[in-house]
Amino acid sequence: MDWLILQFLNGLDKGGAYALIALGLTLVFGTLGVVNFAHGALFMIGAFCAVVFSRLVRLETVTVDPERLSPWGTPLEVRTPVVELWLGDFGTFLVQYSVPLAILLAIPVMLLIGWAMERGLIRHFYKRTHAEQILVTFGLAIVLQEIVKASFGANAIPVYAPPAVSSSLNLSASLGIGTDIFYPWWRLIYLGSALLIIGLVIAFLQFTTYGMVIRAGMEDRQTVGFLGINIQKRFTVVFGIAAVVAGVAGVLYSPIVSPNYHLGMDFLVLSFVVVVVGGMGSIPGAVLAGFLLGIVESFASMAAVTRVLPAIDQVILYVVAIIVLLTLPRGLMGRKGVMEG
Amino acid sequence: MTFYKTRKDLLYLAIFALVIVAMPLWLKPFGAGYPDLMQRFMIFGVFAIGFNILFGMTGYLSFGHAAFLGAGSYAAVWSFKLLSLNPIPALLFAMVVGGVFAALVGVVSLRRSGIYFSILTLAFAQMSYSLAYSVLMPITHGDSGLQLANTDPRVLDRLFGADGTLPNLFGLSMHGMYGFYFCALILLACFYFSMRLDNSPFGMALRAIKSNQTRMSYTGFNTKPYARTAFIISGMYAGLAGGMLAVTDPLAGAERMQWTASGEVVLMTILGGAGTLLGPFIGAVIIKYFENIFSAFSDAKLNEIFAFLPDGLQDFIVMIVSPFVGEGWHLTLGIMFMLIVIFLPGGIMEGCRRVMKNLRRRSSEHPTRRSQLKPAE
Repeated sequence: MDWLILQFLNGLDKGGAYALIALGLTLVFGTLGVVNFAHGALFMIGAFCAVVFSRLVRLETVTVDPERLSPWGTPLEVRTPVVELWLGDFGTFLVQYSVPLAILLAIPVMLLIGWAMERGLIRHFYKRTHAEQILVTFGLAIVLQEIVKASFGANAIPVYAPPAVSSSLNLSASLGIGTDIFYPWWRLIYLGSALLIIGLVIAFLQFTTYGMVIRAGMEDRQTVGFLGINIQKRFTVVFGIAAVVAGVAGVLYSPIVSPNYHLGMDFLVLSFVVVVVGGMGSIPGAVLAGFLLGIVESFASMAAVTRVLPAIDQVILYVVAIIVLLTLPRGLMGRKGVMEG
Repeated sequence: MTFYKTRKDLLYLAIFALVIVAMPLWLKPFGAGYPDLMQRFMIFGVFAIGFNILFGMTGYLSFGHAAFLGAGSYAAVWSFKLLSLNPIPALLFAMVVGGVFAALVGVVSLRRSGIYFSILTLAFAQMSYSLAYSVLMPITHGDSGLQLANTDPRVLDRLFGADGTLPNLFGLSMHGMYGFYFCALILLACFYFSMRLDNSPFGMALRAIKSNQTRMSYTGFNTKPYARTAFIISGMYAGLAGGMLAVTDPLAGAERMQWTASGEVVLMTILGGAGTLLGPFIGAVIIKYFENIFSAFSDAKLNEIFAFLPDGLQDFIVMIVSPFVGEGWHLTLGIMFMLIVIFLPGGIMEGCRRVMKNLRRRSSEHPTRRSQLKPAE
């Protein structure tokens, strides 16, 4: 029973990341009709927003304290973050909560990058073939990834969750089941925020007039245009939202997996698998498939399973994708007539 | 008509062969006239020409072609280990393995087209990449790569009393100039084959699939076997290229199967011109050349190159250029990729054609201008 809950939670965590990236991918595909291979790079840039922010608040001053001696007998160097000197308690708060606060940095940065990408590049590729869209965004992904590599180095940079939530929660005590199930707080928070973000995006599309127009544009872009609505502008907004979602997902995920420059590519391939399994352009499909595949992957990586089928954890997602693509041409929840080729 | 066409083809091939054979001479001024690099030109030329049969002619964008290249490498090294150090059986084996692997992947992937096909091939390539590091360890030797050892059985070599420690063609070392000419011969054969394929009814069918598969099906034409054959042929080319990599350097590693490697061959084909005969080879040469030159640059070397400039300017230019060379070579590659797709989707061949057209128009300026003055028909 314990292992079941643990694997389930692990799967939901992994699935949260897949779902958030896939949500953006499928939104962009559904609205703009563009296959964006650079979407994983946006996730990676989000994660590096967390790195930049925590580095900024941790800029230190070094003062020599002659009173205290280090073990070598020299005066001890005391390092204090500048923000703590300037802002006191609030500075300490900034340092400790650098990851959640990095979201505030990530949102404008991602909006800007998303806007620039859409205006500067993607816009000119609406009418081109899917192959050319894939190729140009693939090139963009390489460029973004190499820029990050050039500025932050090739090694992963660890980022830490706030100390207040860096411990684990004793699930068995709070749920009253099993013996001892411990689960890191941050992962639970991450899962909660992933669900919240997904909920917000879906609510925005479902319950606001703006979202309704966007959905109408997804159905029939031409007619919406005839009604005198500048659908193009709204689709640009959608691209921005997708970029922000990917970026925030990257920030939140950074304490779980240390950001490195190929993080985006690693997630991108799997997110595409998720989108395809869910059905191209279908938002609930992407979310459902994201969580499902996360759970499947988590259960496949259990020792009991890998003993019977070695390395199944590394290929299970692809196997599922291949089976789904061959049996359900539209994926789990794809709409009829959308990309059935 | 066909005779005329064949003769023109033969002329084309002869010129191409002459250029290839004379490569050591005309590449010397560019600092690329050494066998190791030229071998890579030939090998990736074969890879790109094969990829073009699938992407350029048939219109299927595969993002997993490196898997066949990697499989070919492993097959060739195993042939060196088990049979003989002679490259001929190794290459045959590599081709067969590449073809069979492609046939298996093709059965599944070709049931879909468009971006689904791309994702399916990508999925297969990623699967083989991660399997090469785990379950297939006994075949691939994982991280350390598959290498030759003195204790290998080499049944055929023992039988005929041949010896040696590196791949050799009846005693000719495959490492230096002989290796280059061996690879050049294979490239020419591959080029000739793809040229014949292009002119054949089969090639016509492939082009028809590219331009409109649905319409082809409506006319009662079963497109699947054609696409599948194209996929297998291009898989065999990739396997052959992988085998050639193993011949020149008998080592096979899984990193050759990574999807960035698949992206590289796509770039080669696009850069040169997808769908043209010569384009993919030109793309392969350019990319491998710049990879070799650019990735060898360091800051010290840049300083040396720009030493003729005044100091401040020199530092400034070195600062600007240095992120794009050496370790940052992939950045240049990515930018090149984007520029080509944005501005010149037809690749270099398309660019040449446009320039030629412009020149021709300019040289016959007068008659055209006069004809423009005529009322529209």
